[in-house]
Amino acid sequence: MADTGIAGRAGSNGHDAANRRAGSDRRAASTRRAGSGASGPDEAASGGSASGGSGSEGSGSGGSLLGRAIRTVAGQAPGRAIRTVAGQAQKRIPRADLHERDPDFIRERLPLMWLAASLWYRGEVRGLGNIPDEGPVLLVGNHSGGNMLPDTLVFTLAFNAYFGVERAFYQLAHNLVLAMPGLGSLRKFGTVAASPANARRALRAGAALLVYPGGDYEVHRPFWERNRVDFDGRKGFIRLALEEDVPIVPVVAIGGQETALFLSRGERLAQLLALDRVFRLKVLPISLALPWGINVGDMAGHIPLPAKITVETLPAIDLRAEFGPEPDVDEIYDHLLRLMQDTLDSLASERRLPVIG
Amino acid sequence: MKAVARTVVAAPVDTVWNVVSDPERALSFWSGITRWEVESDEPSGLGARYRILLRIGSAEVGGLVEIVEWSPPTDLAWTSITGVDQRGRWRLRSTSNGSTQTELRLAAGVAGSGIAGWVAEQIAQPLVASHLRGTVRQLSRLVEHERMRDQAAERRAGRLSRPQAG
Repeated sequence: MADTGIAGRAGSNGHDAANRRAGSDRRAASTRRAGSGASGPDEAASGGSASGGSGSEGSGSGGSLLGRAIRTVAGQAPGRAIRTVAGQAQKRIPRADLHERDPDFIRERLPLMWLAASLWYRGEVRGLGNIPDEGPVLLVGNHSGGNMLPDTLVFTLAFNAYFGVERAFYQLAHNLVLAMPGLGSLRKFGTVAASPANARRALRAGAALLVYPGGDYEVHRPFWERNRVDFDGRKGFIRLALEEDVPIVPVVAIGGQETALFLSRGERLAQLLALDRVFRLKVLPISLALPWGINVGDMAGHIPLPAKITVETLPAIDLRAEFGPEPDVDEIYDHLLRLMQDTLDSLASERRLPVIG
Repeated sequence: MKAVARTVVAAPVDTVWNVVSDPERALSFWSGITRWEVESDEPSGLGARYRILLRIGSAEVGGLVEIVEWSPPTDLAWTSITGVDQRGRWRLRSTSNGSTQTELRLAAGVAGSGIAGWVAEQIAQPLVASHLRGTVRQLSRLVEHERMRDQAAERRAGRLSRPQAG
């Protein structure tokens, strides 16, 4: 079974119970479970050598208060403590189950989504007819708007209204999003934790799958890069589409990055706090957002500005038909990025003012 | 949410019926419709199914509908199978001067959507009503212009068939 250790372990432990315990018992658990914390899921979460490098960089800034704080918390074994905390965090991740998607639940919430998308974001989605009417398809989007995901809201409403809630539609989200208290209902919308195994499972079930390759890196880009598609070089989605032999439909959105004044991704801050290893978070974004003013992390969300969101869906790309029987992943990546950037530039040229649209 | 639009079309009821009951012509007079596809073996008649989408606000709303009443040339009603709950009706009546009193009704909503659903329906109602008004206006123009062209063609044909004076 190609399932992830993360999913299997979270399921076996029961995430609800873990949710209740995690806040108060985390420190105690760190001590008690330090030995077992090094097992598979935690290692998977640590991201291997890449995060190892970031960890060295973090501790390398030894004079900083943050660095000292981390070492204080972690005691004499920071690596072990981080793995333990990562293990606790992973336990909060609900097991991915495609059957948790609930068409009736989605249908009953369409009016609320319609109100938000129509009145607040003045949403406009073009080209839904470019998505094949049936069969598995990988929808690849640029990601904007911090943790409030305004473009996802607008697109999810449009997709469900256009094709009907009966058509299976899943969205990959960062593990942490699904682990957050109060966001469990996202699973009923078809949101599953981002992992290759979950993506494959959705596509093999014949579903439409929405992925944001840029993920947390792109969604927290600074305001002045708002009209830039930035996948951070991540190409796994192309390999996935090739392996599963499904078409890619690019989905380009504009306006989401105008719902707050995003100032910095806070990558160095995230490294210092070892968030990459604990939560698989590369960033700790800093923004000016309502109602907080300075908003670090955006973990509690924010009140998004009512920026106009426009989404354009491009014609489906059959990778082998366009790039040959043995396509070059880098070539596809460059082509796709250029295509989406051109579309985003075109959408940007339609806008007169930020937020207003 | 319920919306109604009425107009008087200066054409016989059979002529109006032929237009409103023809799925191939729907996109030529329905306002706000982005998709109208036949989903059944029979393109029209009782039991015919269409996939219909109407742009309302930020979404194209609709779904699969089925014709549940087919009484030529006066009444045509449909109800939803999937998507937003809806029931619609074309109601055509002859007037004393040979025109057709035309009424288009649509009731729609999402059962179980609570307060948000009610609020959304109140906000969507004027948008839907506007689409229905546009639809009957365009239907009226379409039918009357076709009728004018037909009558002009008849006059031309009559002139040509008449023997030349002198």
